[in-house]
Amino acid sequence: MKQSNLYQYILGLADNSLILGQRLGELCGHGPNLETDIACTNISLDLIGQTRSYYQYLAKMAGDTSEDAIAFMRLEREYRNVLLVEQPNTHFGYVIGRQFLFDVYHLQLLKELQQSSDEMLAAIAKKSIKEVSYHKRFSGDWVKRLGDGTEESNEKMQEAIDGLWRYTDELFQANEAETAMALEGVGADVTALKETYYKEVSAVLDEAMLKVPESKYFTHGGKKGIHSEHMGYLLADMQYMQRTYPDMKW
Amino acid sequence: MTITSQPNIDNALLPILEQVSDPEIPVLTVLDLGVIREAIEVNGVVQIKLTPTYSGCPAMDVISDDLAAAFLAVGKEAVVELILTPAWSTDWISEAGKRKMEAYGIAAPLEETADKEALLGNKKIVKCTNCGSTNTHLVSQFGSTACKALFKCDDCLEPFDYFKCLK
Repeated sequence: MKQSNLYQYILGLADNSLILGQRLGELCGHGPNLETDIACTNISLDLIGQTRSYYQYLAKMAGDTSEDAIAFMRLEREYRNVLLVEQPNTHFGYVIGRQFLFDVYHLQLLKELQQSSDEMLAAIAKKSIKEVSYHKRFSGDWVKRLGDGTEESNEKMQEAIDGLWRYTDELFQANEAETAMALEGVGADVTALKETYYKEVSAVLDEAMLKVPESKYFTHGGKKGIHSEHMGYLLADMQYMQRTYPDMKW
Repeated sequence: MTITSQPNIDNALLPILEQVSDPEIPVLTVLDLGVIREAIEVNGVVQIKLTPTYSGCPAMDVISDDLAAAFLAVGKEAVVELILTPAWSTDWISEAGKRKMEAYGIAAPLEETADKEALLGNKKIVKCTNCGSTNTHLVSQFGSTACKALFKCDDCLEPFDYFKCLK
């Protein structure tokens, strides 16, 4: 069951939200100011809520596990999140850049998933899309504020976009599960989202007085479980409690 | 059976349901919020279908526990199931609920177009819950909880929460 395309497909969706939720959660109490701190943690909460819906569905499917076990007890190579979401909170420009580059994709994806032939996925998508619309508004606005801000904010925002750009292409490379599920009408065809994505992102970057990176170098691997070095540290943090005290309960 | 946007609640269960409030906004009962989509008694067990306001709303776990406890207090077993569809909308908040919210200090959700104009277009239409002025501005699209945005009144200078329209 756990190796089935459906299971692996949903895992990919869920892991993106989990890992991005985790990264945003790290900002709790550390945001540049109160409003952005609260905004980032609220977005994190939305994402983790969505993750829970996916994991609960998976746990029911598998029958022999729980949402917590799926979240906390896997090994690094079993996570199917894209590389973009595991990138660290280097500075606020990176937080916003990572968020925006993901939000545009996330919204497109959910629009497609609303039509999924899988009832549960369609339901989760319909619920999540309302929240993700707010996320994209937030991140898009901040890209513009920082890009079209001071010389320093523009420099830092550009640095972040330049640094994260290489992770965008992976979003549109379908792995085995994604290809299979798209054919069955369960999943979205991510390859078809690519053109609109770059068009929309470029338009916002232009408006934000930021240069659209020209580099054709892109990194992949997350969807196949081959993660960046950051993932190890992230999981060590995230999984510590559950591994130290297995089956712990509040 | 399919859950429609009209909740299916057994009238006999209403008095108990009315006792359970939102832990974050205690003036609102679960009925005011419109999160109970079904409450019927089947073979002596109360079956409740609950739908979350926001995906990550932590209050839902507390509400589930509170519902079970409220029914246990009158000697009944209650089973709460979380359902995702149809997705909750602020349209399901009762009129009484909206008035209670305002009295409590949370501006009630405007209808969709107005909500977007207030949150995204900076239109001054949200009324201050303290002095009633519309001379207010958005501080952040995210407030003390996922469902609320933070506003400030430029007349009386008090900050207040605004319950975001979700459709």
